[in-house]
Amino acid sequence: MSTAPLPSRAGMKKELPERFKAYKHVWVFVEYEHGQVHPVSLELLGEGRKLADQLGVELAGVLLGGDKAALQAAAVDVWEHGADLVYLCADPILEHYRNEPYTRVMTDLVNTYQPEIVLLGATVLGRDLAGSVATTLLTGLTADCTELAIDDERSLAATRPTFGGSLLCTIHTLNFRPQMATVRPRVMAMPPRQPGRGGRVVDHPAGLHEHDIITKVLRFVQDRDSNKAQLAYADIVVAGGLGLRSPENLQHVRALAAVLGGVWGGSRPLVQKGWMEADRQIGQTGKTIRPKLYIAAGISGAIQHRVGVEGADTIVAINTDRNAPIFDFAHLGVVADAIEMLPALTEAFRKRLSVNRLAG
Amino acid sequence: MHIVVCIKQVPDSAQIRVHPVTNTIMRQGVPTIINPYDLFALEEALRWRDRLGGEVTVLTMGPPMAEDSLRKALGIGADRGVLLTDRFFAGSDTLATSFALAQAVRKIGETWGTPQLVFTGKQTIDGDTAQVGPGIARRLGLNQLTYVAAIQDLDEKAGTITVSRRAEGGVQELRTQLPALITMLEASNEVRRGSIADVLRAARAELITWNAQAAGITDMGNCGLRGSPTVVKRVFAPKAKAVKAVQVDVKDKDHDTIAEDLILKLYATQPALEDELLRMAAGY
Repeated sequence: MSTAPLPSRAGMKKELPERFKAYKHVWVFVEYEHGQVHPVSLELLGEGRKLADQLGVELAGVLLGGDKAALQAAAVDVWEHGADLVYLCADPILEHYRNEPYTRVMTDLVNTYQPEIVLLGATVLGRDLAGSVATTLLTGLTADCTELAIDDERSLAATRPTFGGSLLCTIHTLNFRPQMATVRPRVMAMPPRQPGRGGRVVDHPAGLHEHDIITKVLRFVQDRDSNKAQLAYADIVVAGGLGLRSPENLQHVRALAAVLGGVWGGSRPLVQKGWMEADRQIGQTGKTIRPKLYIAAGISGAIQHRVGVEGADTIVAINTDRNAPIFDFAHLGVVADAIEMLPALTEAFRKRLSVNRLAG
Repeated sequence: MHIVVCIKQVPDSAQIRVHPVTNTIMRQGVPTIINPYDLFALEEALRWRDRLGGEVTVLTMGPPMAEDSLRKALGIGADRGVLLTDRFFAGSDTLATSFALAQAVRKIGETWGTPQLVFTGKQTIDGDTAQVGPGIARRLGLNQLTYVAAIQDLDEKAGTITVSRRAEGGVQELRTQLPALITMLEASNEVRRGSIADVLRAARAELITWNAQAAGITDMGNCGLRGSPTVVKRVFAPKAKAVKAVQVDVKDKDHDTIAEDLILKLYATQPALEDELLRMAAGY
């Protein structure tokens, strides 16, 4: 039986062990796949730059892949979004993402160059990798942060929604290094590109052999429905919630999105009810969006939804309940039934946009 | 084949309320459920057991009342339920949780045969981290397959498994060797209803309850708060926005008029939007 006294919250105090004191600089793992840098990595470079400046340290991007020339070209992108240097590891073994070689190389890089903070995108790739790396390094990892800051003791203060998105909490990794965090796409703003901004490259050998890697990629089939993939980066988004009352009424959401040239989505309950696929879900546990215009129809606006849409320039909410929380953060509100309001709005927009188009 | 499925009992998030004045979570009376993502993991495990023979052991870590979720899993068709419960686990973050669960999977293997597959859901609905599955894989040296949409092939003799998994912008087909850890994607299968026989068996079933020591954990420094590198310093309610939505007047108006008013207000709020919409609508 376990009879020893329960541990105290000793970890609440910062007492960084000697072996971690040399850990310095901020890193962003730059997701590079199919010849492209994932936008979330550039967003993280913007955030990482602020943290590095506050700490007075350097910002580095970590680029792994199969083709050295392609990675060198991508490194320019990384510098122009704020990095001072790029750790570059090119090896055919890293051509397609696989957990094992990526974990090994990332772990090796961290142990060699000792960063104090490592940020990754909370994409399927980033989440697959981050958990493995943090467990291998036995350090703290905070998922899906919505805010990153440096506290008075120079620790990373990572804020994220908790309890299903009804509250926020701030999490610190006080006595282990590196401090790791993931951030979902579109949660942080894209930093402006600084053309001509240069930096350094540190080449790092993978030191792996293909016959040591157990998992093999047989093939990759690209998604056909590119609209779904675009949801996070769409300029116009129309979404429906339970106020639509039946899955058939999602057609009104689709119709308005089509007239506006936008992308449609929905709130979490619609996925749970099987009305739509999970990759159209908007909110903390789905896609975070930052469109110019967001129209929420029949969505009450729980916190987990709110944190996923707050970056929108303008939020229009349609809801029958005038006390719905969505009216607390929307810019424009209409207290009306979404099922009737959506077709009227679609028609009104259609007239305006087609008339103007002919005139123009 | 012996398969282990890790599940978690979670509060039904749809029913959590925040106290309007104190901003604290009102947990009382919130029903608990098996983390919905874990059900897809359980179903997949049961299918492969039905096809290949063998057993499915369901493992959960939590307070004693988490045995509810094990009974539910047995009612769906699992063969054995193991509850890992100890006050030393209180306050575990994902790293400490993966440590305890990995130890328990090891002990399960020693007791009932080494599992060739360990399943988890893709994430929980209360923590939403998706970190514990990869953590268990790492600690046990299992080949990691996350966000699996379908298991294409499982060759027990050759010890290989082929899966389709959700990747960025597409579906990746991977082949690896057993033993492996799989986190299942939602809607990857249709979760069965348990047979009446299973439900009756579940109600009477003897569950296995292990504390840390019984699970073979000797170093409590890896458990609970002490084994958690992350510290939650502050929990708070998000700030309310000072300005509420500007309401479009709807009194005694038909929907077409309201729509027109809304568009005018919208253009007034964000003047650049009209041009933007015209460009979008024209397909530029």
